[in-house]
Amino acid sequence: MLDTRTPLVEMNDISISFGGIRAVDRASIDLYPGEVVGLLGHNGAGKSTLIKILSGAYKRDSGSIKIDGRDAAINNPRDAKGYGIETIYQQLAVADNVDAAANLFLGREITTAIGTLDDAAMESKAREVMGRLNPNFRRFKEPVKALSGGQRQSVAIARAILFNARILIMDEPTAALGPQETAQVGDLIKQLKSDGIGIFLISHDIHDVFDLADRLVVMKNGQVVGTARTSDVTKDEVLGMIIAGKAPAGAVAGPGAVAD
Amino acid sequence: MADQHATLAAAHPSRFAQNPLQRFLIATELDTRLLGMVGALAIIWVGFHILSGGLFLTPRNLWNLSVQTASVAVMVTGMVLVIVTRNIDLSVGSILGLVGMVMGVMQTDILPVQMGLGFGHPLIWALSLGAGLAVGVGIGALQGSIIAYLKVPAFIVTLGGYLVWRGAAWWVTMGRTVAPMDPTFQLMGGGPSGSIGAFWSWVVAIVACAAIVLGLYFGRRQRLRFNFPLRPIWAEVSLAVIGCGLAIGAVWVANAYPWPRRIAEAFAEANGIAVPDGGLFISHGIAIPVLIALGVGVVMTFISTRTRFGRYVFAMGGNPEAAELAGINTRWVTVKIFMLMGALCAIAAAISSARLNAATNALGTLDELYVIAAAVIGGTSLAGGVGTIAGALLGALVMQSLQSGMVLMGLDSPLQSIVVGIVLVFAVWLDTLYRRNKN
Ligand SMILES: Nc1ncnc2c1ncn2[C@@H]1O[C@H](COP(=O)(O)OP(=O)(O)O)[C@@H](O)[C@H]1O
Ligand SMILES: [Mg+2]
Repeated sequence: MLDTRTPLVEMNDISISFGGIRAVDRASIDLYPGEVVGLLGHNGAGKSTLIKILSGAYKRDSGSIKIDGRDAAINNPRDAKGYGIETIYQQLAVADNVDAAANLFLGREITTAIGTLDDAAMESKAREVMGRLNPNFRRFKEPVKALSGGQRQSVAIARAILFNARILIMDEPTAALGPQETAQVGDLIKQLKSDGIGIFLISHDIHDVFDLADRLVVMKNGQVVGTARTSDVTKDEVLGMIIAGKAPAGAVAGPGAVAD
Repeated sequence: MADQHATLAAAHPSRFAQNPLQRFLIATELDTRLLGMVGALAIIWVGFHILSGGLFLTPRNLWNLSVQTASVAVMVTGMVLVIVTRNIDLSVGSILGLVGMVMGVMQTDILPVQMGLGFGHPLIWALSLGAGLAVGVGIGALQGSIIAYLKVPAFIVTLGGYLVWRGAAWWVTMGRTVAPMDPTFQLMGGGPSGSIGAFWSWVVAIVACAAIVLGLYFGRRQRLRFNFPLRPIWAEVSLAVIGCGLAIGAVWVANAYPWPRRIAEAFAEANGIAVPDGGLFISHGIAIPVLIALGVGVVMTFISTRTRFGRYVFAMGGNPEAAELAGINTRWVTVKIFMLMGALCAIAAAISSARLNAATNALGTLDELYVIAAAVIGGTSLAGGVGTIAGALLGALVMQSLQSGMVLMGLDSPLQSIVVGIVLVFAVWLDTLYRRNKN
């Protein structure tokens, strides 16, 4: 069954090196509206680097990115946001010494008629969004460095969904969270998916990915081992992809698959 | 349940304080670090007053102190933003020197002679100041661009600038001192005519008091609107009384310092006023350079707390990567910070050269060190992300108080340097202790 719609995102033959290391090597992935694509692989497989190219944090050496079927020029995070791409980074990317509302709106502040910051408006909107996400959150006036890991993560997530993202990248969003908060993030992903948002979900937890993702992509040593529908492969097969780099029958083998 | 949360949120933390002092501090939400500095300043002032045999806490000395602080105070407000973003600017003294020279040549030669405006033309001061601002902003833009886009560390760029602009200042006139300045321009330097007199000083005091009271009122209304904990009424009243008391006290001191006798007599003669027995008492009032510095302080506080630019400065200082990933154009913000710093150097140059009534090659020498020291003493963290304009202004006042106190005591200038150096290190050590205890 081929999807005939235009993909939201197509990344083709992306490569990037740091010094001598090929962190990402001719990787291709795509994403459709309302779809969750899980990105799996060992530490250092190149997952974060690949999605950082999409979010504008790194510039690719080669390869192309298409958004809605058209070539996209993404050279910095601002460009990516312009395409409706929002990212929740693995290393919590929050500005430590300003408060939650300031973080949610960082770079896109609400201003008053005379151009000054409208802190009241931002804070009330922040309360609304955070209320949906994490109803227990109350510490709006403190710099976020005073918050717990989970609270900081909810700030980062709220920040990403506040601006009606069409493409959401979540790099290990639950790594710093407890079980309850992790379940909340899972619910949130389902909700966003039903809103038609496309989501790249990077996770080391294969169970999470099977629960939430429609398709999964496995990376190893910077290369894509294979791409598969979650329903077409078993967890053991996926483990085999991650560990041994073997693409099973249910998967489309990538350049990183070992020949047998 | 919801109600319970609301009442919990609305209880001000001062309810849980253990002793009256603590309750006062928490209730007024005064910054304890800032209060500590005020305490240190009080100790310095009283100490020098005693050591100098009663010369320090006089209207005359305090008024002079305020004028002497103005130039560094103007620059330190910009240095706060520079340091908050983990940069440094070692070139401010040299920029001041160069800009002072440019403004001097503008008003003594280019405008009146070469462009034929004639000496004393009412536009000369404004055009000279405008030219100085343009040069300052241009230098800032150049240095900022090299730092932000070419990724040369600010320390190196501004160390280079320190040498380049000082050399360039010499080049403007081949080392010749430029004097005298335009009469209107001179007003920016203070002195009897460069002060606004008793009446207008009281007007300033009234405006300041009104601003304090209104600020407290609107702050309270805003908190009420969003159901935030309110300060107890008595704390609000204390803050209003303290704030207004400081404003009125400062103006009272400035007004208690009369014009020197001879100048007052000359003024009386020129205006046909009879000189009463015991001399004519004409108040200086607030000096114009001090007014400029206060205005700069207010504007810079506004910029750093109420504008996007200010928010980005602090976000960048706390976590540069996060700021960049949030889509902030961090490089352009950096350039703007240095442009702002350049503009402030130009204002400081106007104050310094007007006060000296000359532009000399040495104008602003060592100022970079005083400005950085004032910022750091004022609580700006070299690790980035932390600092306030008010604290830095207090820091400038502390530095200048030390300086003029030692002059009053007749200490030799090498000894003065030694003391200032030790105090700087000691102050930063205290600050490290304070921050460690707070965490
Ligand atoms: N900024 C960087 N500079 C140098 N090497 C990097 C950088 N970012 C990532 N790498 C390297 O690229 C490889 C892939 O890393 P990463 O994308 O973080 O993996 P993953 O997210 O899959 O754990 C690793 O070898 C890592 O050391
Ligand atoms: Mg990673």
